[in-house]
Amino acid sequence: MSAITIPYHPQLKREARSEWVFRGLTVASAALVLILLAGVLIALCYGGWPALRTFQFGFLTHEVWNPVTDQFGALAPLYGTVITSLIAMLIAVPLAFGIAVFLTETCPLWLRGPIATCIELLAAVPSIVFGIWGLFVLAPILQHSVQPWVIGTFGDLPWIGKLFRGPPYGIGLMTAGLVLAVMVLPFITSVMREVFLATPSSLKEAAYALGATQWEVVWDVVLSNSRAGIIGGMMLGLGRALGETMAVTFVVGNAHRISTSLLAPGTTISASIANEFTEAVGVLYTSSLIALGLLLFVLTFTIIAAARLLLLQIERRGARV
Amino acid sequence: MSKLFGTFFSKLTAILGAVALVGGAAGAVRADDISGAGATFPYPIYAKWAEAYKQQTGIGLNYQSIGSGGGIKQIEAGTVTFGASDKPLEPADLKQNGLVQWPMIIGGVVPVVNIPGIKPGELVLDGPTVAAIYLGDITRWNDAAIQKLNPKLSLPKLDIAPVYRSDGSGTNFLFTNYLSKVSPSFSQKIGANTSVQWPVGIGAKGNEGVANQTAQTGGAIGYVEYAYVKQTGMTYARLLNHDGKYVAPEAKAFQAAAANADWAGAEGYYLILTDQAGADSWPITGASFILMHTDSKDRNTLAALKFFDWAYKRGQKMAEDLDYVPLPDKIIKLIQKTWQDSLKVNGTSVWAAS
Repeated sequence: MSAITIPYHPQLKREARSEWVFRGLTVASAALVLILLAGVLIALCYGGWPALRTFQFGFLTHEVWNPVTDQFGALAPLYGTVITSLIAMLIAVPLAFGIAVFLTETCPLWLRGPIATCIELLAAVPSIVFGIWGLFVLAPILQHSVQPWVIGTFGDLPWIGKLFRGPPYGIGLMTAGLVLAVMVLPFITSVMREVFLATPSSLKEAAYALGATQWEVVWDVVLSNSRAGIIGGMMLGLGRALGETMAVTFVVGNAHRISTSLLAPGTTISASIANEFTEAVGVLYTSSLIALGLLLFVLTFTIIAAARLLLLQIERRGARV
Repeated sequence: MSKLFGTFFSKLTAILGAVALVGGAAGAVRADDISGAGATFPYPIYAKWAEAYKQQTGIGLNYQSIGSGGGIKQIEAGTVTFGASDKPLEPADLKQNGLVQWPMIIGGVVPVVNIPGIKPGELVLDGPTVAAIYLGDITRWNDAAIQKLNPKLSLPKLDIAPVYRSDGSGTNFLFTNYLSKVSPSFSQKIGANTSVQWPVGIGAKGNEGVANQTAQTGGAIGYVEYAYVKQTGMTYARLLNHDGKYVAPEAKAFQAAAANADWAGAEGYYLILTDQAGADSWPITGASFILMHTDSKDRNTLAALKFFDWAYKRGQKMAEDLDYVPLPDKIIKLIQKTWQDSLKVNGTSVWAAS
């Protein structure tokens, strides 16, 4: 800033100008993101308006999705989106935790690099490849070996048995959840690994010196020190799982139905849009699909905002301690 | 300095090129290329015709297979010379948008099954039975209704797993249109469209998806395009047609359905070839349509018609190679009459009959 107050030096003047241009560019870049975001939101609201006006609140609560009679409700895709993402998180988070602890604490040094690289490579696999893998490799294995066993073992149990009934199709909500788990695993793992590494070694050494076991160090020192980062990683993974389209479309079964069984086919918001948008004719049909997009936008936005608030709270509490 | 500028410039053109590619869906790629957009089902044959036509005449065709819905929207907006749709527009819609349509190529939908011990063509089904299966009313392969159609086969006590196309498609439209015609309860509960709400079964994406899911699941029934059955040798079922005859899915059966249809009497060629009369007609046949503006401001209109004319006359062998079914000659004559009567620029016909 002080450069501006000495205008008579040409060198400094030039620098001041380039400084100004640089700052302008960064502001413009940041503003562009906001403009794009607002533009997307406005476009989605505008495109989805006919459907929202026609079905009103019923759009969220109705399961029916019938292009023939022009009746559309988003409950089934909404349910499928949430359930598949939940399954993915339930599987991926503990796994990612295990991998991250192994990589930062117990793994021999020479092995850490290769394993970490492999996990990051997993993130580079295109989602269509996961979809094809899910359909042609995972689904037959599930269908012929895993699902018959699951149905036979758990299907007759009271309460939770309802989750594991029906014919073994191989594809369905559970399969989609499994594929999603593999897809979000690298994201959660690498964030967890980073935050674990950021734990000050003096803290860990102090804990060891007090006679803590490795488990106690991980659970009480490392984990409590990196809570915010872990939540951040989980949200990153969840965001990816909610919006994933191609891989899910291949294995979710694409049925606009809600069934209690996790093995039954279902659909997700993004899968419905990908499946039907190209051949959707008629204002209400197209508009309903766009309204689905708006719903996903709001859902993802809410979850990320909630995560931010949670992080803020944790940070504040941490500051107080 | 000039070198620096040169690299900057080449980078800029590369970026602009990429932007043009991304935005290319709406605009024509090259001024003298014919542009079209729409249905995915006829894409392979349109692409092959375009390649051969370009070699012979130097005139290119840029066809974007963005789906029938997209094709209709683009031709209504006038961003392409022609649109393509697997589902014909109703005459009222045509009139409202100032469009004319005609069939370009024929295809068909074939039911495929996966029942242990049953070979291709052994199983016989009729429309009402298939409808009952997809409605969830018939759930076992040894059901009396199926057994009655197949007295000589010993059918297993196996659950039926219906598989359907999850993506909106002309295949779905033909299949549901046929079932709606032959089964009142299917028409009432499900109806016909490019996507419908199926009460039972599992949805797979594309022909490959349905074929794969059917092949993997014991007791499955699915439906795929004819070309797919022919190329993969799947276990297809024969169908009972409108005249009560058993037919196998063959090129001549699809052509018979197209030839027996009353094209001359159908306004705007609004004719769906399902459940057509004739002893040899395959019951789930359909045409893929071309849509153009009647009063065309597009200077490529004549070029497009010449291309279609060439495709009708010289493209038949290529279509057969790709397992599509060309239109019978008498229908082509009718279509060219339509071109002459309906396609005008400033009130004068674009096409002169040759």
